[in-house]
Amino acid sequence: MVKQKQKNIGTFLFFGGPAVFVFFAVVLVPLAFGFYLTLTNWNMSSGQHRFVWLKNYKQVFSDASYLSQLWFTLKYAFFSVIFSNAGAFFLGLSLNRGMKGQSVLRTGFFTPNLIGGLVLGYLWQILFSQVLPYIGRKYGLPLFATSWLSDTGRAFWALVIVNSWQLIGYLMIVYIAGFVNIPSDLLEAAEIDGAGGIKKITSIILPLSVSSITICVFLALSRSFLTYDLNLALTNGGPYGSTELASFHIVQKAFLSNQYGVGQAEAVILFIVVAAIALTQSFLMKKMEVEA
Amino acid sequence: MKKKNSGTIVKNLLLSVLLVAFLFPFIEVIINSFRTTQQFISNPVSFRIQLSLKNYVTAYKSMNFPTAFFNSAVITITGICLIILFSSMAAYLFARFKWRINSVLFFIMTASMTIPFQVVMIPLVTIYGSIGFLNSRQALLFMYLGFGAPFAVFTFHGFIKGIPIALEEAASIDGASKIRIFFQIVLPLLTPVLATVIVLDVLWLWNDYLLPSLILQSANLRTLPLSTYNFFSSYSVDYGPLMAGLIMTLLPVLFLYLFLQKYIIEGIAAGAVK
Repeated sequence: MVKQKQKNIGTFLFFGGPAVFVFFAVVLVPLAFGFYLTLTNWNMSSGQHRFVWLKNYKQVFSDASYLSQLWFTLKYAFFSVIFSNAGAFFLGLSLNRGMKGQSVLRTGFFTPNLIGGLVLGYLWQILFSQVLPYIGRKYGLPLFATSWLSDTGRAFWALVIVNSWQLIGYLMIVYIAGFVNIPSDLLEAAEIDGAGGIKKITSIILPLSVSSITICVFLALSRSFLTYDLNLALTNGGPYGSTELASFHIVQKAFLSNQYGVGQAEAVILFIVVAAIALTQSFLMKKMEVEA
Repeated sequence: MKKKNSGTIVKNLLLSVLLVAFLFPFIEVIINSFRTTQQFISNPVSFRIQLSLKNYVTAYKSMNFPTAFFNSAVITITGICLIILFSSMAAYLFARFKWRINSVLFFIMTASMTIPFQVVMIPLVTIYGSIGFLNSRQALLFMYLGFGAPFAVFTFHGFIKGIPIALEEAASIDGASKIRIFFQIVLPLLTPVLATVIVLDVLWLWNDYLLPSLILQSANLRTLPLSTYNFFSSYSVDYGPLMAGLIMTLLPVLFLYLFLQKYIIEGIAAGAVK
């Protein structure tokens, strides 16, 4: 009996040991320590700290700049989710039926997803700061005549556009995977009954795609809320710190201003906001799901 | 029938035009990476190129490209091997041994996939900074294993549950040890689902910027994204070499995509739905 137990422990340690140990060391222990951090005034350089209880959270909520950044992130996520999902839905729809050359098109639209946000951010930074102003001046388009990245309002849209541009190809793949499950006899029957293209979309394809929409909205939401690389490369928070998304702000707070406790409190709040929105979203969408 | 055909052609044409517009940023940067910075600034939408590789030479040297490429490759390949090996072992344990602790651990791992990196980032650097375990490849790989394990364990677990247990039982009766059963029977059967894990992890590890930027401080350890960042910070307005540097960073992944696009797109779709 004892021997069997020892053998089991051996099996457990051999197969599970490495992954479980590293997972605890890298994810769970820091997660727990993170909550502890938010209650202290930790300072990396001195290493000394004492309890300040909820002072960090209080400071976060009374910090007008943090609240405006959180609002900025919410707006950014909202428009990114709308644009990327609308674009991906219609792109997926037009690349769905067995059409010649569609795999080339899919491959093409997916390309931005292979590349990290940092490189894409720099790519678009060159485009927004050099190429578009040139085109704007040459063809007399006042919208593009000056760099979008030096204007606080337009820099926001630059972020939204690049983020949605990257997300579209990714979500398109998920939507196409969902369209495959829509029974074609249903669409044929609708066609015989005289339903046009738009009618087919609104009364058959959309209701049967609710589960894909739930996934895609969730993916777009979490990606947008956690954007860091793109923010760093495209706007670097500027002009005048007007385009700092939540993640960017957290990194700055902790590693540049050396305020670990406050930065971590901001991260915890961001996590709670994202989780609350994602859960509400999937709960509401679940109710709308129908079966074919 | 004929009308439908011409409709498809028009649709195809429209979509192709849309794709060219969609990929305009890449086209623009590829073309201009062969022109001088002065030419680019005076007219960024000219298509006159003279195939000078000068920008590439400058970028190659300033980015320390061979070192950065080597560092990225080492991190990506080693990281993926570690994640696959240890996660598949843990997934086998969780799927085949119905002990209470296994189901608890599996649940915790699965639930942890919802935790964003940003919540763990600050304490992670605090803890490993205070014990001096930063600024090395080992530290970065250790963390990648920890962050990559939950998804891989979850994916492998689902797959192993679908494999009939009879094969393993037969091997066990023949006297094979658990270790042999895993490595000779279970692991080779995982190949179909390996593609998903490899694709998602390659894209993640190769492109990751935030974690390496917090862990690796030495210049000689920099991965490609870190050296791109550095290059852009120091060359801020010399667009010619900057664009060449971007293309050089993009090329390896695009090259891989050319050959493995089917697996990559399928892998992404499978990963997203989970």
